[in-house]
Amino acid sequence: MSKVRVLVGTRKGAFILTSDGKREKWDVSGPHFAGWEMYHLKGSPADPNRIYASQTSGWFGQIIQRSDDGGKTWHQPGTPPGEPTTAPDGMPKGESNKFMYDTSAETGKPLTTHQFYDGTQHPWEFKRVWHLEPSLTDPNTVYAGVEDAAIFRSTDGGQNWKELSGLRGHGTGPKWQPGAGGMCLHTIILDPSNPKRIWTAISAAGAFRSDDSGENWKPINKGLRSQYIPDQDAEVGHCVHHIAMNPTRPGVLFMQKHWDVMRSDDAGDNWHEVSGNLPTDFGFAIDVHAHEPETVYVVPITSDGLHYVQDGKLRVYRSRTGGNEWEALTKGLPQKDCYVNVLRDAMAVDSLDKCGIYFGTSGGQVYASADAGDSWNPIVRDLPGVLSVEVQTLK
Amino acid sequence: MIRVMLPTHLRTLAHLKGDVELEVAPPVTQRAVLDALEARYPMLRGTIRDHVTLQRRAFLRFFACEEDLSHESPDAPLPEAVASGKEPFVIIGAIAGG
Repeated sequence: MSKVRVLVGTRKGAFILTSDGKREKWDVSGPHFAGWEMYHLKGSPADPNRIYASQTSGWFGQIIQRSDDGGKTWHQPGTPPGEPTTAPDGMPKGESNKFMYDTSAETGKPLTTHQFYDGTQHPWEFKRVWHLEPSLTDPNTVYAGVEDAAIFRSTDGGQNWKELSGLRGHGTGPKWQPGAGGMCLHTIILDPSNPKRIWTAISAAGAFRSDDSGENWKPINKGLRSQYIPDQDAEVGHCVHHIAMNPTRPGVLFMQKHWDVMRSDDAGDNWHEVSGNLPTDFGFAIDVHAHEPETVYVVPITSDGLHYVQDGKLRVYRSRTGGNEWEALTKGLPQKDCYVNVLRDAMAVDSLDKCGIYFGTSGGQVYASADAGDSWNPIVRDLPGVLSVEVQTLK
Repeated sequence: MIRVMLPTHLRTLAHLKGDVELEVAPPVTQRAVLDALEARYPMLRGTIRDHVTLQRRAFLRFFACEEDLSHESPDAPLPEAVASGKEPFVIIGAIAGG
């Protein structure tokens, strides 16, 4: 029988929630890495027991953790295959927290500064890993989206990281500037139909695509309009909050921008707005049904100044028409006195026959729907604020 | 033998239950102590000082003998009481928040 494993990153540790295919009864393990901010955990599609985790702290910096047994045990990558994971004195090996921006002469581009809040140029400074995206085919290859915005790749299971510097170096990098949450690369999507194609998104720069395995990149923001930049149609400067894609239809992308829900039917070359009848089109999370590529989910948030759901009601909105026509999903969700937020990486879908939808809130609840959003139940109610939710569907 | 006290989260990361004891050849300086600490516990690299600049991370402090040594030169000799192991070299997370 199928199982699901929900990987939850919170402000004070990671939690792993497991259930059978019915998704009614849940086991909760954790906190793993108690006290640390867990920005993101994600399992390898090629080996579900391989899970990568971003562990971070304002005091101690960035750590990468890895599990090879489905989250039961963890270690910092750094031990070659076949070797013991501990040193002779019994201590664990591993050093995997080294993210060095590429300043080599080979790039031909001195990638030294970006635009800061005050309009001056500011040096790139590594702060943390926001998103980990394991390769679709190789458990040892994983991509990291970091703040200040850049993309790194490891091909040795997370031990060593190398920047794909063509993203920062393609020309618009000095014009990028941080959003209120920092200048982070938070979205990485790998194309299952074209192993050379990668999409990324950066706040506040926009969306970018590589068609050559991350070597060269170009902005793909045509059609985005943002009132908070002087040129509303600028090539970069758009605060893209998240992008989602159904893997069976890789050319079609859905975007939750700062304001506006957007859609592209040509792999990001052109975007058009599909906010339609949403009560507010500000938000962070967006995802697509696993089997119905025209069914999209968002959680509208009141505004950029009020980062909580509107009118005290937690409502997921679903469109079955690829946008524009949205319906509120409320069954099982609080419809009174609720003022939580749902962050950009805190929504995910499983791939069971009846698609399951999951999301976590700033109030520490993780909600699940086993019927594509028609009804919801809390798996847990009182975790620390949820930063990310990912789901693994296990056979 | 130099004694080093680590904050709880770094002890957890290094799988330690108490203080660290390190052999450090003279002269005993901040840099020598941290080099020895990171050599023995490579998982701590980058958590106390920057990988490249080796600057102390902003929200960590170095205390010893009831003195704040955070702004001392990393190559300045540590107090004799630390070098002799009588007093620990304390790495502590700065107060942050409210």
